[in-house]
Amino acid sequence: MNKFWIIFAHTYLDKIKSKTFIITTALFVLLVIGSVNIQNITSLFSDESKDQVAVIDSSEVLFPPLKAGVESADDSLELIAFDGTEEDVKTAVQNEKYESALTIALNNEGIPEANYYASDITNTGMQQTILDQLQQLKVGLAIEQAGFDEAMISSINAPVTFNTIALDEGAKTIEEMFQAQGVVYIMVFLMYIVVIMYGTMIATDVATEKSSRVMEILISSASPITHMFAKIIGIALVGLTQIGIIIAVAVSAVSSQKDELVGGVLDMFGFLDTPTSLIIYGVLFFLLGYLLYATLAAMLGSLVNRSEEANQAITPLIMLIAVAFLIAMFGLSSPESPLITVTSFIPFFAPMVMLLRIGMLDVAIWEIAISIGILIATIIILGLIGARVYKGGVLMYGSAKPLKNMMKAIQLSKKEK
Amino acid sequence: MTLILENVTKRFGEHTAVDNLSLTIPEKEMFGFLGGNGAGKTTTFRMILGLLDKSEGKISWNNEQINYGKSNLIGYLPEERGLYPKLKVREQIIYLGRLRGMEKAEIVSELEKWLERFKVPEYMDKKVEELSKGNQQKIQFISAVIHKPKLLILDEPFSGLDPVNVEMLKEAVLDVKESGTSIVFSSHQMDHVEEMCEHLCILQKGRPVVQGALREIKRSFGKKNLIVHADESLEFLKAFPGVVNYKKVMDGCKLQIEDEAVSQEIFQALQGKGFIRKFELEEPSLNDIFIEKVGASYE
Repeated sequence: MNKFWIIFAHTYLDKIKSKTFIITTALFVLLVIGSVNIQNITSLFSDESKDQVAVIDSSEVLFPPLKAGVESADDSLELIAFDGTEEDVKTAVQNEKYESALTIALNNEGIPEANYYASDITNTGMQQTILDQLQQLKVGLAIEQAGFDEAMISSINAPVTFNTIALDEGAKTIEEMFQAQGVVYIMVFLMYIVVIMYGTMIATDVATEKSSRVMEILISSASPITHMFAKIIGIALVGLTQIGIIIAVAVSAVSSQKDELVGGVLDMFGFLDTPTSLIIYGVLFFLLGYLLYATLAAMLGSLVNRSEEANQAITPLIMLIAVAFLIAMFGLSSPESPLITVTSFIPFFAPMVMLLRIGMLDVAIWEIAISIGILIATIIILGLIGARVYKGGVLMYGSAKPLKNMMKAIQLSKKEK
Repeated sequence: MTLILENVTKRFGEHTAVDNLSLTIPEKEMFGFLGGNGAGKTTTFRMILGLLDKSEGKISWNNEQINYGKSNLIGYLPEERGLYPKLKVREQIIYLGRLRGMEKAEIVSELEKWLERFKVPEYMDKKVEELSKGNQQKIQFISAVIHKPKLLILDEPFSGLDPVNVEMLKEAVLDVKESGTSIVFSSHQMDHVEEMCEHLCILQKGRPVVQGALREIKRSFGKKNLIVHADESLEFLKAFPGVVNYKKVMDGCKLQIEDEAVSQEIFQALQGKGFIRKFELEEPSLNDIFIEKVGASYE
C-alpha cells in the first residue's frame, strides 16, 4: 500500500504544481466571480438613462394607456409624446435624440394602426414590447366597440385559475421540480465537464509515461494495478481540489452579496434550499461516475504510444459521456419517460440519469440501490479488465489501432496456465 | 540468492519468443546474455521481473518467486531508456528511489555520490530533457542502482555510448558487483561480455545455444586461434590438415585450428620458410564462438 501512496502523492503534487492547473483554476475562479457579479458588471457598461421612444398620437386617446402599459412591462423604456410632424420625428431619431419613434392612429373602424421608426431595427425586444401592448389595447377597444361593458372585459381578461397538484404521495411539487431541475442541470453539467477534463488528463498522463518509457521502470517497482489506481485517485483529488477552490470562491462571493442575488441567478437554479439528500446523492454519483470513466480513460491511454494520440484514444469515452449528457438533458423535461428509467440502470449513463430521476421524481430506495450496485460492479469489472489491458498495454508499442491493441494487450498479460 | 530459471517458455500467440530456457545465475556473479535482435533477451528479463507472465516453466530467486514484494531488492535498466523528460534529476531519482523503498534523505545523499562519481554534479537540478543521451544514460543507471539492489538487470547498458562513457559505466557496474549484487546483463557486443562476465548464455530465436562458465565454454569449444606473421607467403597453410579457417591479415594470417596439437605441426612446417615475426596461439574469442554457433549471418 505504501507504493500506492508514493505514486498517488507524486501524481497529485505534480499536477497541482503544473502551470495548466494553476491557469485553469484561476480562469474558473475569475469566471465564477464574474458571473456572481454579473449584475454589477452589466450595470457598469449600460447607461442609466432610459431608452426614449417619441410618440405622435393622432387619435389622442391611445397614448396614455400605451405609455402606462409599455413602461410597466419594461422599465427601461420611456414613451414621450412628440409635438411635431412625422418628418420631424424621423429626423430626431436619425440624430439619435430618440431611440425610436412611433406614430399611432385609429383607422376607420376604430382599430389602432402604428408605424415604427428606428435607425436600425435590430432591437426586436423593444418592438415586441410595444407591439404586445398595442395588441392588448386593440383587443380592449375591439371588445368595447362590440358592446361589452368594462366589467365584462376585465372578467374576459382575468387569468384562468390553474393549480397543479401531484397525486402520488411524496411526489415533488411544481416548485420542487423547478428547483431540482436547476440543481440537477448544474450537477450533470459539472459531471460532464469534469469527466472530459480529467479523463483526458489521465489518458494523456498514462500515454506520456508510456511514450517516455518510464513506465517500464514504474511497473517493475510497483504493480500496474497499484499504479493505475494511484493515478486515477491522485487525479481525482486534483479535480476535487480544483472544484473545492472554485466552490469556496463561489460561496464566499455569493455570501458577500447575497441580498442582491436573491431573486436573480440563485433562485433560477434553485440553489437556496436544495435538499441535503440530493446533494449527498449528487456527490456519490459524481464520484462513482468519475471512477468509472477514469478507469476507462486509463485503459484507453495505456493503448496508445504517444501523448498526442491520447485524445484520439478517448474519443469513445467522450462520445459515451456526451450521449449520457444528452439523455440527461432530455430527461430534464420528461423524467418519467421509459428511456430515462431504463438508462438510469445502464452504468455509463446512470451517474447522470439516476441523479436526475432522484432530483425530479420520487424514486424508490431499492431502485437507487440497484443502480449504485450495478455501477460499482461495473467499476470493479472494468477495473479488472483495465488492469489487464494496462499491464499488457504499457509494454506494447506499435500501431495505433485501439481495439486490436486491446485484444493484444489482454493476450499479452494472460497466463497461459 | 541464486536465480534459477527452469524450462521457461514464452509464447505470443503462434510465435515462441523464449523456448525452454533453463539457467542458473549464481549469487554475486555477473551473467551475460548474448543474442541478436529478437533473440528473446528482453522477454526473458521481463519474465524474471514479473512484467510478463511465462507460458511455462518456473523462475525462482533464492527458492522463492519474484513478485512485487521483492521489488525493493531488484534494479532494472530497461533497453528503452525511460525517464520523465520534464522532471529535474533530483525529483526524478527521489520518486523512483522511493518507489524502491528508500527514504528521501538517503536518496539525495546517494545521488550526490553518484553524480560526483560520474563527474556531473551540476546535473542535480537540471531537467532530463536538457541532458545529452550519454548523460541521460548515467541518470538512468543511477536510478537502477541507487537502492543497492541484490539483483540488477541491465538490458543493453552500453549501447549508444561513447568509449569514455562506456569505460566509466563499466567500472561502475563492476563496483556494484563487488558490493555483492548479482548482475544479469545483455549486450550485442561480445567484448563487453567477455571482459566482465563469469557466466553467459547465447540465445538464438529464444533457444540457448551456448551456456555456462566463460572459461568452460572456451575450453570445450576446442578450436584455437593461431596468428602467424611472416615475410613469405603463408598460402600453403590454407590446405594444411587441421586448419578450419584461414584469414589473411596485414602481415600474415589468422588461422582457426582444430586443437592445440595442430599448432605444433604448423610450427614444424614453418621451419625454413623464411623469417617468422609472430607465432601466437590464442584462446578463441567469444566472437568466434558466437559466429560459429549462431551463424555468420548475425549482424
